[in-house]
Amino acid sequence: MGNWIIVPVLLPAVLAALIVLAARTDLVLQRVFSLAETEALLVLALALFRAAALDGPETYHLGNWPAPFGIVLVLDRLSVLMVLLMAVLAVPVLVYAVGSGWDGRGRHFHALFQFQLMGLSGAFLTGDAFNLFVFFEVLLIASYGLMIHGGGRARLQAGVQYVAVNLVGSTLFLFALATIYAVTGTLNMADLAVKVAALPPGDAALVRVAGVLLLLVFTLKGALVPLQFWLPETYARAPGPVAALFAVMTKVGAYATLRLYTLVFPPDTPATGLLFADLLLPAALLTLAVGAVGVLGARGLARLAAFAAIASMGTLFVAIAPFTPQATTAALYYMIHSTLAGAALFLIADLVLAGRGSDDLRQTLPPIRGEGLIASLFLATAIAVAGMPPLSGFVGKLLVLEATRAQMALVWPVILGTSLLTIVGLAMAGSALFWRSHSVANRDTAPRAAPPVLPLVAVGLLLALLALLTVFAGPVTDQLRLTADALYDPSGYIASNALAAPE
Amino acid sequence: MELLVASGVGVLTAGGVWLILQGRSFSVILGLALLSYAVNLFIFASGRLAIGLPPILTKSTTGYTDPLTQALVLTAIVISFGMTAVIVVMALGAFLETGSDRVDIDDDSRDGL
Repeated sequence: MGNWIIVPVLLPAVLAALIVLAARTDLVLQRVFSLAETEALLVLALALFRAAALDGPETYHLGNWPAPFGIVLVLDRLSVLMVLLMAVLAVPVLVYAVGSGWDGRGRHFHALFQFQLMGLSGAFLTGDAFNLFVFFEVLLIASYGLMIHGGGRARLQAGVQYVAVNLVGSTLFLFALATIYAVTGTLNMADLAVKVAALPPGDAALVRVAGVLLLLVFTLKGALVPLQFWLPETYARAPGPVAALFAVMTKVGAYATLRLYTLVFPPDTPATGLLFADLLLPAALLTLAVGAVGVLGARGLARLAAFAAIASMGTLFVAIAPFTPQATTAALYYMIHSTLAGAALFLIADLVLAGRGSDDLRQTLPPIRGEGLIASLFLATAIAVAGMPPLSGFVGKLLVLEATRAQMALVWPVILGTSLLTIVGLAMAGSALFWRSHSVANRDTAPRAAPPVLPLVAVGLLLALLALLTVFAGPVTDQLRLTADALYDPSGYIASNALAAPE
Repeated sequence: MELLVASGVGVLTAGGVWLILQGRSFSVILGLALLSYAVNLFIFASGRLAIGLPPILTKSTTGYTDPLTQALVLTAIVISFGMTAVIVVMALGAFLETGSDRVDIDDDSRDGL
């Protein structure tokens, strides 16, 4: 696909600039541009996915500089899978934002949305560690704007915290990268893979420090205990569609962990060994427990969705921690599932908030218009989030359980126990919102506005994707198995960089 | 030289962390600025410390200092500068909305979320 590799980064960047310059006052034009671009991105991601599956890893050399000196973008199965997941999520989220009118409640929603997609694509595609930092900052600065979209006291307060936490994270990222550069003299990921594997024993300590610092940064993005504290406040207070888009932001942390800790610091590296796996597993199990208890105790539906997102990151990192192809296949499947299911839950929380005026689970308020439909959507999403049959959450958790058979005594009780807590929490929330409402008479006689159709279509689209993921679980896991195998045999990835020999 | 740079990075980091823990937006922003100075110095030092050497190779030069870290520092400075501007504006907005410059969120303002 050659030059097409850069297009997922360029297209949103150009469109975002165009939206700011040419359509800043015309909301309809912004919507047209934004929707058309997101759908074009989806088509492009599908084409790139096919190319990566057929031809193996390919690189795009920015400015045509040879690999370890210039920056490269690498198209391989994992990076294109993430771009595809992002594009698949972006379409329903954007439809929801347009249909619910969220995009008109502040300025520049569509431009920021496109910049966010640009940062995400760049972070997934880049093959250079410092460039990964730069794209992290691009996606973060767009997310700061999106998070406080619509304004308001609570949102601004949470926004300042979110920015401060992420700025500290960026500083850690830079410390880690500088340490790696000081030891190896390179920041190209493929070159790092070669150099770290052949490191003299004297430098092992420094590389371990850098590896742990990097892991801290990625688990901060991935909201792993003890670095999960920023997530509930941020996601619960962000606008609904923005929180739904953020479902893929936590996955950036998971992606970066998978990429760097299979390519640069695989478990057979003499300098680091199993250090990272040993650090990740307990943190992931704790995250799962914190998330599930949070789901049980959340006072509002949006907070509940945020804690469900934390729990899903816990499950995901449990599957990443063993660093085996089988576990990684399970992790990738669960990542696709939890992104779509988590986003659907945030959108439903926003629907409930819009219809009820409050998503507080302790208050009993009269039934909302279109309750039957919203309640059924909630039921289906809750089944997916909790991991009950028949939806893909069940398949995902089954794959994770199967892959962690070696540590059955430790991992299985936590996964099964937290699943039960999540089911109870979601059931309590559902009965508080949709059953207890019938105990109060609807005293206000003014007819409430029926929910608009487009947001419901958007949630339905996400659920349909989950159903497809369940029905085609076989072919999907076959593809993911090939992706995972390629991660643990990075020779193709390294060869595609065509590293220039040092003089 | 090494001792000077290393203790500079250390003191800046310690000061930055202390200021961030104060929980008021002004000191948090100053703390973040100090942290970014510390990291800039650290990146600069990661290309090895060399005195009086050019970052460009010409026929007459005998030694050189690593030019890549200087480019990395430049990128880091630009990004941290932009991010500081963003957080200043957001902290100002939060201060005007709430009348308080505390960065932590008290239970009263959680209002059912």
